[in-house]
Amino acid sequence: MTSSTLSKRILGGLLLSLFIFTTQATIVAFKFDDPNKEARFKQFSEELRCLVCQNQSLADSNAELAMDLRRELYKMIQNDATDDEIVSFMVDRYGDFVLYNPPVKPTTWLLWFGPFVLVVLGLIILVRVIRSTGKQGDTELTAEEQKRLDTLLKNEKEEN
Amino acid sequence: MARFLIPLALFIALAVFLGIGLTKDPKLVPSPLIDKPAPPFELPRLHQPELKFSDKDFIGKVSIFNVWASWCAACRQEHPFLMKLAKEKAITIYGLNYKDAREDAKRWLIQHGGNPYTAIAYDDTGRAGMDWGVYGVPETFLIDKKGRVRYKHVGPLHSQVWQEQLLPLIQKLQAE
Repeated sequence: MTSSTLSKRILGGLLLSLFIFTTQATIVAFKFDDPNKEARFKQFSEELRCLVCQNQSLADSNAELAMDLRRELYKMIQNDATDDEIVSFMVDRYGDFVLYNPPVKPTTWLLWFGPFVLVVLGLIILVRVIRSTGKQGDTELTAEEQKRLDTLLKNEKEEN
Repeated sequence: MARFLIPLALFIALAVFLGIGLTKDPKLVPSPLIDKPAPPFELPRLHQPELKFSDKDFIGKVSIFNVWASWCAACRQEHPFLMKLAKEKAITIYGLNYKDAREDAKRWLIQHGGNPYTAIAYDDTGRAGMDWGVYGVPETFLIDKKGRVRYKHVGPLHSQVWQEQLLPLIQKLQAE
């Protein structure tokens, strides 16, 4: 083995180890004795939005507020808080906006049902368009057209 | 005609909705605290740690509760306006010093032109701030005489927000 391939391998190993440490850092921060609790923590931190960097979940964000909220979430889960308790803790403070999965209520009806209404409207329009073009299209051939068709078919037979 | 008018009407409606969307700032999240009693808290004061500041201190007057920190750049921008309000005795200003070091906060006030606050609650862990739904310092809450939150402004306070949003509401609350 030449020294250059050896140093390349060492470098590669070091780079890989960087990834190992960074991915572990977020997990190691909170220790759970119960795997169920760990799963709940993971689920909630992925379903709640960080308000500082709005397109990241609590799990993804490194913002100070996200760290504080993760700590609070950890405490609640360790104390066996129910799902409703956790959700209402967040919503009471930051509003429905923190939920990636918004609740169904009058202000979110348009959000939840709008797409279905659009699909139904689209289907109605589609059916009406198909029907109206169907009526317009005349399927009967005129005598002249029939004659032309016959000659075309005859010619084809002769060619074969 | 309808063939062309219906898609055109749909397009215009969509354009109007998208246009309205463009004028809104997605960073402004409506606070669920509006018209609710101030979240209960009790914290030591910044300058006199032996004294407490709690939600009960809001009772009996209209006040603003301003969340700030020495590490917050936009607070520097807002500070002269708060000083002006304090000089004019426009309203009682309370402060929430959020996730800060006590000495840094005190020094910051001296360096930036003085202390506009009647009292400052010192929230070093940010736990009280969390109960208030603080997500971007500075934030300013308007509190009525009964200690209810009536308005929230996120970002530095300036004369336009003051004249257009806060002042009319304060006059209404003073009369209540």
